Amino acid sequence: MSADTSTHQASSVVKSTGRSVVNDVVIQVATSNGSGSQSANNILLKSIFQMGVPVSGKNVFPSNIQGLPTWYTIRANKDGWTAQRKETDVLIAMNQESVVDDLRDLRPGAVVVLNSELKSYLTRNDLHVHIVPFNELVVAACPEVKLRKLVTNMIYVGVVGYLLSLEVEEIYRAIAKQFKTKPKAVELNRNAVMIGYNWAAEHLVNERQFTIERMHDADNKILIEGNLATALGLLYGGVTVVGWYPITPSSSVCENLIDLLRRYRHDPTTGKATYAVLQGEDEIASIGFVVGAGWAGARAVTATAGPGISLMGEIAGLSYFAEIPSVIVDVQRMGPSTGLPTRTCQGDILKAYFLSHGDCRHVLLIPGSVEECFEFGMEALNLAERLQTLVFLMTDLDLGMNHWMSSPFKAPTKDMDRGKILSAEDLERIKTFERYRDVDGDGIPYRTIPGTNHPLAAYFTRGTGHTTAATYSEKPEDWQSNMDRLTRKFDTARRLVPPPVIEQDSRSDIGVIAFGSSDMAVKEALDQLRSEAGLDAGYMRLRALPLNGEVRDYIASHRVIYLVEQNRDAQMASILRMEYPELAARIRSVLHYDGMPIDARSIADGILKMENQKQIKS
Amino acid sequence: MSTTLTAPTTETSAPKAQSLNRIGLAQTIYRGLPSTLCTGCGHDSITNQIIKAAFELGLEPHRVAKLSGIGCSSKTTAYFLGQSHGFNTVHGRMAAVATGVNLANRTLLNIGVSGDGDTASIGLGQFLHMIRRNVQICYIIENNGVYGLTKGQFSATADKGSLQKKGDENEMFPIDCCALAIEMGCEFVARSFSGDMKQLFTLLKAGMSHKGTTLIDVVSPCITFNNHEGSTKSYKFAKDHEEPLHEIGFVPHYEAITADYAEGETHQINLPDGGRIVLKKLNRDYDPANKIKALELLSQARDERLFLTGLLYHAKGQPSLVEQKRLVDEPLATLPQSCVRPSAEVLADIMESLK
Repeated sequence: MSADTSTHQASSVVKSTGRSVVNDVVIQVATSNGSGSQSANNILLKSIFQMGVPVSGKNVFPSNIQGLPTWYTIRANKDGWTAQRKETDVLIAMNQESVVDDLRDLRPGAVVVLNSELKSYLTRNDLHVHIVPFNELVVAACPEVKLRKLVTNMIYVGVVGYLLSLEVEEIYRAIAKQFKTKPKAVELNRNAVMIGYNWAAEHLVNERQFTIERMHDADNKILIEGNLATALGLLYGGVTVVGWYPITPSSSVCENLIDLLRRYRHDPTTGKATYAVLQGEDEIASIGFVVGAGWAGARAVTATAGPGISLMGEIAGLSYFAEIPSVIVDVQRMGPSTGLPTRTCQGDILKAYFLSHGDCRHVLLIPGSVEECFEFGMEALNLAERLQTLVFLMTDLDLGMNHWMSSPFKAPTKDMDRGKILSAEDLERIKTFERYRDVDGDGIPYRTIPGTNHPLAAYFTRGTGHTTAATYSEKPEDWQSNMDRLTRKFDTARRLVPPPVIEQDSRSDIGVIAFGSSDMAVKEALDQLRSEAGLDAGYMRLRALPLNGEVRDYIASHRVIYLVEQNRDAQMASILRMEYPELAARIRSVLHYDGMPIDARSIADGILKMENQKQIKS
Repeated sequence: MSTTLTAPTTETSAPKAQSLNRIGLAQTIYRGLPSTLCTGCGHDSITNQIIKAAFELGLEPHRVAKLSGIGCSSKTTAYFLGQSHGFNTVHGRMAAVATGVNLANRTLLNIGVSGDGDTASIGLGQFLHMIRRNVQICYIIENNGVYGLTKGQFSATADKGSLQKKGDENEMFPIDCCALAIEMGCEFVARSFSGDMKQLFTLLKAGMSHKGTTLIDVVSPCITFNNHEGSTKSYKFAKDHEEPLHEIGFVPHYEAITADYAEGETHQINLPDGGRIVLKKLNRDYDPANKIKALELLSQARDERLFLTGLLYHAKGQPSLVEQKRLVDEPLATLPQSCVRPSAEVLADIMESLK
């Protein structure tokens, strides 16, 4: 092998503690955007997963097509803690632009796989460094010059596979799955992995600081991104019209949905589509399609992110006030304008809850896992029709674009809920119809859909004031009674949305409330608080707005509530304080808003700090 | 509103035998609520012609969806076809809402009513994209060059040099919605005048029979804010300047041609549903099948301030939106669960692939 010349001191190893850390490692791959490292990282992730070890994969990427630094973080953890962890154990340093910072940020004793081209940047001597001549190895691995950049990535999979003692067969299996329709690619990638693995075995001093050993906690699990899970939920929810406009990080909801619809939603005899997807000219048009389709009786959805939500504001209000079923998936990201479009956050809670003008409040479903992305995807369509209103499905970039381990999703056992729709036969029987009359006392009126063949079926939908019979009215009493009915309807929603879950029961007077993608990190933080500080706390996870009474009772039964959320302004805390002003003083916020996925240590430290302060004061 | 409607079977207002259309409905069924617009508003004339056209075509009211944006024009959807579902949406966004309606239920005939502010200003982008997609809709612009509900500001279709009621002059060139529509690929583009009832009535019937997007831009004077001397959208100006391109006749698919037309004087256009448009030549020798000529003519009309009315452009062949999307024949809105939810086995297979 031509690389032999550089091999004698390929590994510079600091004194090892001796014992290997098994199934508890954070691997970070530093490459540049557009270098094609995604398949390699995916194979590394899948190989660990296939060995039965709980694992997650998070992509920290720039808003750029090619060239800027990107990092992929894999966390394997035998206890199932796969949320973000800040400290990297194993760094694969491939990117010249970020290598100085990447090396500087490592804790002493971390393992580094360093591209030999970058070895001049190495100034520390407290790391376990393995210098690998990737550029030489790839020449042997890949005769085709233009593929070499891609194949280089697969070589580091082999090197890391060796260092972590991955089962080579599992790496090969992951490759076979990834490139199943392309036998040539399978061959090329297998070969590259083998070259990396063998070279490492021959030239590196492996102290085995971190190893992966087979276990069975990931058996029969799936690895999936939240945006695909959401798309599956919408598919099984019977979505028929999709309007969208591309925006990071929500685009892959619609792209995945389009793939699924193309595959599974054609009439078997005619081959025609039982769905329509239309890319709008902007988000205003997209929500326009959805509201038009919802009015006409379709189960319609759009997916977007913060800036899109802003543009949808006016029509969102129409959906609320004219009572038209519609669903918006909001995959939250940071900031206005371009903001940080590739960083995560829970910053749209207040905006989505109150979106539009006048008195508006919307239903928000907030999944805390990929499984709930699937379930709530279905439920959002049901609730939109049941409540005849706009329903938000609030996920975020971390949940939506990263890989999470989950139990396989189960097919729905519940039928689609189309809500209160009157057919021509119903009208013939009841002989009366008023679009906005509260017949059942739950605030939800009955509707007919256009095309219903009965003289009583038609009504006129408007954003302006209307009577129970949908006629134009500017009378104060008509306006106010309609608004009061909408409040009743919102109170009905409190009973219908997914209730909060007590994730952790405790007799402690300390309670934690969190929601969405914070869930995994919160659970790990509670474990840290218990084992490291002897602090015991309960944990309630919110899954929807509006809130129901259980939340109030939970706050009332605790001395203090730590509300964990991923935004600067404590948005959910504001809503809780507004709903339960008498309990406002009990709520303290643990906030995370740097754009990175939330990690357990930040939460545990935040809670501990406030607890200690409190004790000093009292 | 719906509860106070009279069902066709209980129609008793006219003891004399009322004339019924081909589906057995009286014209009163096609009416809506009384107009709340100013007396003499051009829009009310258009409403009347819509009622007449729908009656004469024998449209089934439940198969029609009425859609509008915001403005005086957009209110009028409440004044016709009271037994059809109507949706008065938000300013400038009716085009997108109509697109959603079309996708949800391809069997509906959409009648869109908009104004010049709603279409040419706030809604211009959506208007163009709707045409580009060839949404199934008969889109009527009630064009008066002025914002009525907010008391008389110029709209983007006001002619350059046109005077506001207070005397201010419009200094910008108007947007010609018909020219834009032709450019965007609209295959039925017409201009008319609310005072030319016969022509408007015929164009509406033909337009409602067209497949894909139909645009009928109707100059409809605002009696209150834009009917004065110096306005180019006033009754007087329109009456004095209207120059019909042809005399237009329409024979719906369910009727045979009875009139005699001399060879060479007329031009016949066959619509996909079997209907026919018959154009009788007037002063100009105009062929509405020629896109470039149509655009040239509109450009000339703008420069020379001609008020040309009639069928400006007609073509056929482009698939409508639901055809492009290869949708099933029945409405998506009412597909049963069995058609829209894949089986549990499919999900199990997908899950297996993610293990």
